Amino acid sequence: MKIHNFKGGVHPPHSKNTMNCPSVSIGVREKIIIPMVQHIGAPCQALVKKGDYVKVGQVIGNTDAFVSAPIHSSVSGTVTAVEERIISGSRPVVCVEIKPDGLQAVSEDIAPPVVDSRESFIRAVRDSGLTGLGGAGFPAHVKLNPPKGVKIDTLIINAAECEPYITSDYRECLENTADIFEGINHVLKWTGIPRAIIGIEDNKPEAIKKLSEAANGFSNITVARLKSRYPQGAEKMLIKALTGREVPPGKLPHDVSCLVMNVASVAFIAGYLRTGMPLIQKRVTVDGSAVRNPGNVLVLIGTPIKDVIGSCGGYSSEPGKLIMGGPMMGVSLYSDDLPVMKYTNAILAFDSRDGSIPDEYPCIRCGRCVRACPMNLLPFEIDRLVRARMYDGLESVNITDCIECGCCVYTCPSKRLIVQSIRLGKDIVRRKAKK
Amino acid sequence: MDKGEYVLDNLINVSSSPHIRSGVTTRRLMLDVIIALIPASAAGIYFFGLRAALLIAVTVASCVLFEYLTRKALKRSNTIGDLSAVVTGLLLALNLPPELPLWMAIIGSFFAIVIVKQLFGGIGQNFLNPALAARAFLVISYGTRMTTWTQPSTYAAADAVSFATPLGALKEGGQLPDLIDMFIGNIGGSTGETSALALIIGGIYLLARGVITWHIPVVYIGTAGLFAWILGRDGLLTGNPLFHVLAGGLMIGAIFMATDYTTSPMTVKGMVIYAAGCGILTILFRMYTNMPEGVSYAILLMNVAVPIIDRFTKPGRFGGAANV
Repeated sequence: MKIHNFKGGVHPPHSKNTMNCPSVSIGVREKIIIPMVQHIGAPCQALVKKGDYVKVGQVIGNTDAFVSAPIHSSVSGTVTAVEERIISGSRPVVCVEIKPDGLQAVSEDIAPPVVDSRESFIRAVRDSGLTGLGGAGFPAHVKLNPPKGVKIDTLIINAAECEPYITSDYRECLENTADIFEGINHVLKWTGIPRAIIGIEDNKPEAIKKLSEAANGFSNITVARLKSRYPQGAEKMLIKALTGREVPPGKLPHDVSCLVMNVASVAFIAGYLRTGMPLIQKRVTVDGSAVRNPGNVLVLIGTPIKDVIGSCGGYSSEPGKLIMGGPMMGVSLYSDDLPVMKYTNAILAFDSRDGSIPDEYPCIRCGRCVRACPMNLLPFEIDRLVRARMYDGLESVNITDCIECGCCVYTCPSKRLIVQSIRLGKDIVRRKAKK
Repeated sequence: MDKGEYVLDNLINVSSSPHIRSGVTTRRLMLDVIIALIPASAAGIYFFGLRAALLIAVTVASCVLFEYLTRKALKRSNTIGDLSAVVTGLLLALNLPPELPLWMAIIGSFFAIVIVKQLFGGIGQNFLNPALAARAFLVISYGTRMTTWTQPSTYAAADAVSFATPLGALKEGGQLPDLIDMFIGNIGGSTGETSALALIIGGIYLLARGVITWHIPVVYIGTAGLFAWILGRDGLLTGNPLFHVLAGGLMIGAIFMATDYTTSPMTVKGMVIYAAGCGILTILFRMYTNMPEGVSYAILLMNVAVPIIDRFTKPGRFGGAANV
């Protein structure tokens, strides 16, 4: 079978220590915190207030904005607080805190949706609360509803899972194979896309075998092996590797007739159309040098990270760094009281050694960042311009093309914070454009 | 605490991704270059005696000392820990005649570290290879001593009065040495440049460690060999490529000097252009100037061309070409 690849990238140790750890449900814990922003787009308004009784699957946050998705309660219980809190960014967001009663009484509204057209399918996906489960958290129904006149010829299912440590999508492929294909068929049927390709890195032979066997039953779904190389799962690299097409700067996958969805997202759609149970649970990999028993867990959204780590034997040593997501693009957290969100696919706790930030040294112009950059940028040059505050030159070095994969920083022998200064530079360019 | 519960008020490392780094560090890269130069240094000491060892010790020590003193005088952080000054000192010694007076070698160290490297901002900022620039400076300042060559202790022709390098012999019309002797290093020349074998061993180590890529050494040596053949002394296509590849500083230049990160291009395309330029210039200098050797000047000239090469070999923008 052909192995698909892209140019650039890096090869961090896979550290897929939890590959053979089946997902275990950790059940209902003592407290649930559900932020009203768990996606890219407009925040939701809380529809409940302190003292209300809520049930599993009940909508507790919603908005009329198109680029957004409703938020549901993952438990039955009493709302104990609706207040602004700081989650992972610097801005406070409204959070609904619920004290579960442990009964897990299901809301009366839960029923399989009636889907008989493209429109009703897209509405159902919105109602499900689905946002991209791969980590970016983009509302799924927006992707499924490209602008008029855009023709999509390929549905790409992202099962690459190129981030080190994370195995939740791998477990999804093994544990939920049938739903993946059912979900793909729903998407193909209601959007009229003729074919689907499942892209998966070649360091997961068991999943490739299982998916390929299942794909034999469908003439329009194929499984493609991808070279195990970070950031193979980045949308643009994945499209390039599988179709040879390059998404032009500032454009989206649908501009090259592709739609990319995460493997867990399509599997979720299958389950939702069958049961009507919205997105209230996530499969999460828990790993890192400070976790006693790493594994994969099924977690109710809103469960504090402390409880998730606790279900994996707790910390094995004092953690120096907590990360939501992978080590390359995940967000580091200031507290383990923060909840699991819709887009959480991993929680990593590193000990103080693994979590330390190395000292920076001067650039020696070795060119490693240039060769590693999958977007063909000159990372060292952008870094130099930003630090010298030569902001006018930033657009000419295509700073906005950067996908922030972090390959430049990973590979830099001088341990320079290159992508970090690119982020700063992008923000400056964005502010200038607004003026 | 034994339940694996910690009060996390010490999460000082909240930082922007990525959260992991490769094991490659500047210091480790420099250490690898030093290790790769051990065979060539050993060959130099074997063929030219303990005087060569003394020369190496003096340039290394003086380069490190000058690096330390300059940084201190400029009120900058101490950088001798990155080992780049050791590399410069080592490369300088290997590019000097083994019997060069030590005070001249120290002047070379001063020029390399203080003038070429630190006054331009230190590691990563110099636009010329420090060791080569220092060598060029010494050739201009002390031409006779910089071209007085020692006979290898193992050399058979004991009656030789004035000793010549193979390239000198070629220019003057003297007797050319055996190719096997040239490959092993049993010829006259700078301390570390004579043994192609030792240099190739070091080069293979650098390739295996991922410190350098094959592009610069292979293209440099290949281009030089090709042009040596084309521009033969007895007419077109009569040259002996093997002689030119093994003679003089081509091996040490292609493997260790031209591959210096700071003074070579960033992209593979740029490296190929740069290395080809080094190869062509080397042969042109050897053939058509009154200097027997041209490696140093070829590399220094191409060092200066690097910003232009970098500008014209920028990678194409991702998604820049219409491809829908």
